[in-house]
Amino acid sequence: MRNLGKYILFLGKLFSNPESFKTYFKLIMDECIYIGINSIVLVAIVSVFMGAVSTVQTAYNLISPLIPDSVIGLVVRDLTILELAPTITAIIFAGKVGSSIAGNLGTMRITEQIDALEVMGINSVSYLVLPKIVATLFMYPFLVILAGSLAIGGGYLAAEFAGVVSPSSYFIGLKTTFNEFTVTFALIKSVVFGFLVASISAFMGYYTTGGALEVGQSSTRAVTVSCIAILLSDFVLAQILLVR
Amino acid sequence: MIEVNHLTKSFDDKVVLDDISGIFEQGRTNLIIGASGSGKSVILKNIVGLFEPDSGEILYNGRDFINANRDVKTDIRREIGMLFQGGALFDSMNVEQNVKFPLDVLTKMPEAEKLERVNTVLSRVKLENTNKKMPSEISGGMQKRVGIARAIVNNSKYLFCDEPNSGLDPRTSIKIDQLLAEITDEYQITTVIVTHDMNSVMEIGEYVLFISDSKKLWEGTSGDIMHSGVQELDEFVFANKMMRQAKERSSF
Repeated sequence: MRNLGKYILFLGKLFSNPESFKTYFKLIMDECIYIGINSIVLVAIVSVFMGAVSTVQTAYNLISPLIPDSVIGLVVRDLTILELAPTITAIIFAGKVGSSIAGNLGTMRITEQIDALEVMGINSVSYLVLPKIVATLFMYPFLVILAGSLAIGGGYLAAEFAGVVSPSSYFIGLKTTFNEFTVTFALIKSVVFGFLVASISAFMGYYTTGGALEVGQSSTRAVTVSCIAILLSDFVLAQILLVR
Repeated sequence: MIEVNHLTKSFDDKVVLDDISGIFEQGRTNLIIGASGSGKSVILKNIVGLFEPDSGEILYNGRDFINANRDVKTDIRREIGMLFQGGALFDSMNVEQNVKFPLDVLTKMPEAEKLERVNTVLSRVKLENTNKKMPSEISGGMQKRVGIARAIVNNSKYLFCDEPNSGLDPRTSIKIDQLLAEITDEYQITTVIVTHDMNSVMEIGEYVLFISDSKKLWEGTSGDIMHSGVQELDEFVFANKMMRQAKERSSF
């Protein structure tokens, strides 16, 4: 509970005594490249395989002759949009970007770089953390859209090359009873998860004390806590937005 | 001038600073000395606002720093330059960007003027032609000099140095000490240096404040330090053979 209170105060500091817009703009652009663009390859690889494996496994489980093959496309589509693209990507994102944010800020803390900012009269939380959060809020939804598209594409590749379902049946499934709200839901989740990963990781890194060992521990804690927060909020969002 | 009055600070139940007072004059190299763990770095961190004291008063040219509102505190902080023990240079920036950083964030100076100012201070600390080098590509002594350049680039009125000679060889240490003394005199800055290096004390100590076990035990000039009559200070000053020999010679 004490850490939760500290985290809320930490978030409050994001907006106090900010620097000029020009300063933030440059920092946000740099973070967009670092957080977003540099994550594309990993997200793409994971997504394609995630979609392909989902297709194969769904086909393996649908053994009843009464269920048409096109259901495989439908299942993969909804599974991808509702869960795999926003949530699994968020966990991968926490591992890559979250640990990096915590490690970066932790190193800055133990080498007194954060103290140097504070002594200059710069709000270090706002200067260092706000651009990372804003960049994540911008870039993570794009990564989720990319992940969803590539996972569905990966499913198609499995259909085409593994022969578990015909590509035409897969496409029919993709188009059957499509509910647009699932996309909105995935994007809402992406914003929430992006915020949680960036802010929790920054919090863990910012309050690192000690030396190199503690920086490593902060990174590990950042990933662990981010993953738990993602899964908890995933359930809460599903409960609020999907249950009628 | 910085006045510190009755400063007290504890961490949990441990008293780290117990009723510390001192006056750090402008244009003078003021040294806070003491053994490791005596609380001297904690004084510095309280003065610059990295720690919040439990009680006491810190006045920057008469302006109360502890009870000041956020805007006044920020204004005072923007007059402060600090050299950290490890340099605290930003890893992702080269020398020029590090030194220019306070100007980029805190001023609206045109770019050409900023670069001119950066080159002036870099040449003042004798680091010409290192603008594009990364902190990892320069030596510890050079990193300290970049730190000094960054601390003074924004025409700071107050310069704080936390163990400026740590990790440096004796010759480089003397150069850094001399540079700090010259800059203090040239720019008429209020300089406060935390050190346990007796060479620095004898070389540049115009006002010395000695801390032991969280308390101020002595203050004076480096010239008086040999004859302080304070046992703890004598033990600290004459801990090494060279200083003992110097004392024996001076007593003849």
